[in-house]
Amino acid sequence: MNTQTATNPAVGDAALSARPEWLDGLWLIVPTLLIVIGMMVVPLVGIVVVSFWTQTGFNIEATWTLDNYRVLFTPEGALYRILIVKSLWMSLTATIAVVLLAYPMAYFMAFRIERAKLIWIILLTVPFWTSYLLRIFAWKVILGFNGVINSGLKAVGLIDKPLEFLLYNPTSVTITLAHAWAAYAVLPIYVSLEKIDRSYLEAATDLGDSKWKRFWRITFPLSLPGTIAAILLVFIPTVGDYITPTLVGGTSGIMIGNSIVTQFGKANNAPLGAALSCIMMLAITLAVCAFLAAIGRKRLKAADL
Amino acid sequence: METIRKHLNLLSLFAVLYLAFLYVPVLLLPLFSFNDNIYVTLPFKGFTLKWYSNLLANSGLQSALWASVKVGVGVAVFSTFLGLLAARAMTRYRLPFRRSLYALIMLPLVIPYMVIGVSTLVILRRGFDMDLSLWTVGASHVLITVPLSMLVLMARMEGFDRSLEEASRDLGDTAWRSFRRVTLPLVMPGIVSSLLLCFITSFDEYLLAFFLAGSEATLPIFIFSSLRFPSKIPDVLALGSLILMVSIVLVVFAEWLRRRGVSGSDSSVI
Amino acid sequence: MTQPTIPRPMISLQSVSKRFGSFVAVDAATFDIAPGEFFSLLGPSGCGKTTLLRMIGGFERQSEGDILIDGESMGIRPPNQRPTNMVFQSYAIFPHLDIAENIAYGLVNRDLDKATIAKKVAQALEMVRLEGLGNRRTNQISGGQRQRVALARAIVCEPKVLLLDEPLGALDKKLREEMQIELRQLQKSLGITFIFVTHDQEEALSLSDRIAVMARGKVLQIDTATSLYERPNCREVAGFIGNMNFFEGRIASIANGVAAVEIGPGQHVRVSAGSGSAPGQAAIVAVRPEKIDAGATQPQGNGAATANVIKARALAGSYLGDRSLVLAEWREGTAPISVSLQNRKTLATASPGSIAGTDSVATGAPIWITWPIEAGVLLNS
Repeated sequence: MNTQTATNPAVGDAALSARPEWLDGLWLIVPTLLIVIGMMVVPLVGIVVVSFWTQTGFNIEATWTLDNYRVLFTPEGALYRILIVKSLWMSLTATIAVVLLAYPMAYFMAFRIERAKLIWIILLTVPFWTSYLLRIFAWKVILGFNGVINSGLKAVGLIDKPLEFLLYNPTSVTITLAHAWAAYAVLPIYVSLEKIDRSYLEAATDLGDSKWKRFWRITFPLSLPGTIAAILLVFIPTVGDYITPTLVGGTSGIMIGNSIVTQFGKANNAPLGAALSCIMMLAITLAVCAFLAAIGRKRLKAADL
Repeated sequence: METIRKHLNLLSLFAVLYLAFLYVPVLLLPLFSFNDNIYVTLPFKGFTLKWYSNLLANSGLQSALWASVKVGVGVAVFSTFLGLLAARAMTRYRLPFRRSLYALIMLPLVIPYMVIGVSTLVILRRGFDMDLSLWTVGASHVLITVPLSMLVLMARMEGFDRSLEEASRDLGDTAWRSFRRVTLPLVMPGIVSSLLLCFITSFDEYLLAFFLAGSEATLPIFIFSSLRFPSKIPDVLALGSLILMVSIVLVVFAEWLRRRGVSGSDSSVI
Repeated sequence: MTQPTIPRPMISLQSVSKRFGSFVAVDAATFDIAPGEFFSLLGPSGCGKTTLLRMIGGFERQSEGDILIDGESMGIRPPNQRPTNMVFQSYAIFPHLDIAENIAYGLVNRDLDKATIAKKVAQALEMVRLEGLGNRRTNQISGGQRQRVALARAIVCEPKVLLLDEPLGALDKKLREEMQIELRQLQKSLGITFIFVTHDQEEALSLSDRIAVMARGKVLQIDTATSLYERPNCREVAGFIGNMNFFEGRIASIANGVAAVEIGPGQHVRVSAGSGSAPGQAAIVAVRPEKIDAGATQPQGNGAATANVIKARALAGSYLGDRSLVLAEWREGTAPISVSLQNRKTLATASPGSIAGTDSVATGAPIWITWPIEAGVLLNS
C-alpha cells in the first residue's frame, strides 16, 4: 500500500504515469492466477515430467526414459491402444446422442415456449441436482439383471429369463452418459437459439424460404456457437470418465480412465499412468482440433469462438 | 395451418418424452428408498421408512456428509470471493493479455478431472510429499469452481451500467464504500448463484476427491464404495432422495430470492 | 487561440492530455472557466469532449498536465475527493434504491443527521419539481423524471462545479427544449459553474455563456455563442456550427482593412481583413446563408448591401414557411451557394424581382447573389 498517495492524492505528474491503472486490476486477479498455476499448471508440468520417469519396485526414479510411451507400440500395449480409441469412440457416440436429443428440446424451449421459460429451465436442471453417482446408479437399477426393465418384462410375462445384454456393455455406457450430460448440451444450445433476433426469421420467410430451408439457412448457422460449445462440453469430460464405465460398463465397457486409475492404484506404475494421462489429453486435443478444423475457420469466425 | 399444428405437436411430444427420459431414472431413486426390500428391484414389497431412520445410525455416512458439507461451503465461499475479484478485474480494467488470462482461468473446465486428479496427486505426493486431506480436495475443487464463479459474476457485472459505480464515487464514496453500497447489492444475485453452483459442484465431485482425499471420505466417495455392497444401497438411496429434495427447495428459494431482488426494495444499503 | 484571462478561474486546465495507446483523445487542452459560468464542450462524437469532462471529474486519469479547481491542483485525486459532481449520460440512477435514497446518496457521506438529510432531499425534490415522488422506485418514473433525479442527486451535494455529460440526449425534442430552459434557470439561481458536454450545436448556443468547440482531441475555439457563429476562427468551426458557404480563393489586394479575394476568374468578393492577412495569401471567405440576399434581377446601384454580387443559376428552391432555401450554382465544379431568405412579406406584397415569399424558383433561371462586406468572414486556408 502506498501511503504517500493515500494521504496526499494530489501528487504531481510523475506519480501519474508511475502506476498504470491496470495494475490495480492485476492485483485482483492474482489470487485466482495463483490457484490456477499452483493447482493446474504446476501439476500438469509435473505429470508430463513423471511420464518420462521410471518405476522400479515401489519407487519412482528420476531416470529419463521413453519406455512409458514406447510400450504403447508394443504387443503388450495393445490394450491401451484399444482403450484410447474405444474411449474416444464411446464419448463421440454419447456426445452425438446427447446433442441430437438436446437440440430439439432447446429449440422447443426457445421457440415454442412463450411464457414461463424459466420454469422449463428449472424443470430441465432439477434432475441434475441429485448426485451424479446416483444418477448413474439409477441406470444400473433400470438396466440391471434384476432391474426395472427385466423384472417388469418378467412380471408381464414377455420373457422368462432376464435379458443380459442390457447392462455392462458400451451401449449402456453411452445411454447413461447421454442422460447424465443432457443439461450441459441443452442449455448452451438454448441460449444461442434464444439470442437469435426473430426478425431474421421473418426476413428469411419474406425472402421466400420454407420452414425447413429457413432452419438450415438461418437458425442452425446462428445456433452454431451454442452447439459447438455443447459438443465440447460433453465430449471432453466424458473421454476421461471413470464412474460411468465402472458402474455400468462391465468388462467390455471400461475406458482409458479405468486403466489410468489402475496404474496409480493396483498396478502401482505412476509413470505409465502419467504417460497414459498425457496421451489421453493429446488425443482429446487432436480430436477437438480436428472437429474445429472440420467446421472451418470461416464458420468459427462467424460464430465468434 | 394444418402442418404447423402437426409440427408443433410433434415437437411438444418430443419435449415431454425428453423430460420423462430425464426424470424417470432420477425419480426411481426416491421410489426405491421407500421400498421394503434390501435389493433394489421390482416388484415393490411394501412401504417403509426404515432406510431413512437407518441414516441416523449410519456414522460413516454422517461423517462423509459432514466432510462434504465442510469442503463444499469452504469451496463455495472461497471460489466466489476469488471469482468476484477476478470478474471485477476482467470487466473493469484494461488488463494486458486479458484474453490469455481469461483462457488460462477457464482451462480447468476443459481438462478431464481424471488428468487434474492424477497430476495433482503426483505433484503433492511425489513433488512436495504433502499429506492428503480434505484441504487438498478443497484446493482442487477451488480450481474447478473458480471459472464457474467468474463466468456467472462477469455476466452479472457486464449486465449493469458502469456509470452507476462512477456515480457513487462522484457522490463521495471511497472505492470500498462504493463497492459495498452499489456493486455488491447489484451483484448479489450473481453471488448467490455462484455460491450455489460452486457448492453443488464440489459437493457432487467424485474423481478429484477420490485421488486427493486421503483417509477422510467425502460423501461421493462414501456413496461410490457403498454401491458395491447391496446391503448399503437403500441407505444411500434414502440420503440421495433427501439431497434431491433439499436441492429443489434451495433452487426454488434462490429463484424466489432473485426475483425479489429484481423488483423489491432494499434500503439496508444506506 | 487567444482568450481573455480570467482573474480567479473556477477551473484551470493546464495542457491536459489523454492518450489511449497511440491514440490522442485530448491534446493539450489549456483554458480557464470562470466561477458561475455555463460552459459547454461542443463537438462531434469522438472529439474528446466526454474524455475531457471525465478527467475533470476524476474518472479518467490525464496522461499529462494538471487540472486546478478553485485554485487547487487535482492531480490524480479520485472523484470522491473532488468538489465536482456529475450528471451522467445514462443518468446512472441506482436501481436498488428509491428516488429519495438516490438523492440522499451523496449526503450520507457527510456528517449530517437524518433530519437534515431528509430536509435537503425534500428541498431538492421540490427544486426539480418531483415533490411527493420520493418513495417511487426508479423503474416507475419517466425519462424526463430520471433526468431530474440525476440532476437533484448531484446538486444536493452543493458541488463547486457540476459536470453534465449529454444530459438531454436521451429525451425527445419537446422535453429537451423544456429541460434546456429549466437547466439554464437552475444554473442562474444556484450560481454553480456548469460544464456541459453536447454534440447538439443549437443546445450549446442557446444555453451557454461560453462554448469550447472541439475536434480530434483539440480545442479549436472558445467563445460566446454570438462570436462563434459570427466570427469563427477556422473552417472547421464555421462548418460545424450552423450552415456556411465557403469560397476558396486568393487575396488580391487589401485596402482600408478590406480584402478583395479572387474566388474565380475575374470574380472578386470583398471582406474585412485582419492584421495577419497579406495579398497573395490563399484564403477562404465564409458567408452564412441567411446573410445573403438573392434576386431575380440584376441589382442596380452600388449600395452597401450589394457590395458583393455573384451571378448564378438557380438549381433548386424549397419553401419552408418561415423562410425559403435556394441553391444556386455560380461556377461549375464548386459547391452551390445556399441562400436562406426570410419570408417576411406576403406573396401579394413581395417586391417585384424578389424571390423571397415565392413558393418556387424556376430551375435554371438566372439569379443574383448579394451580400454586404461585413457579412463575410475571412479564414485562413
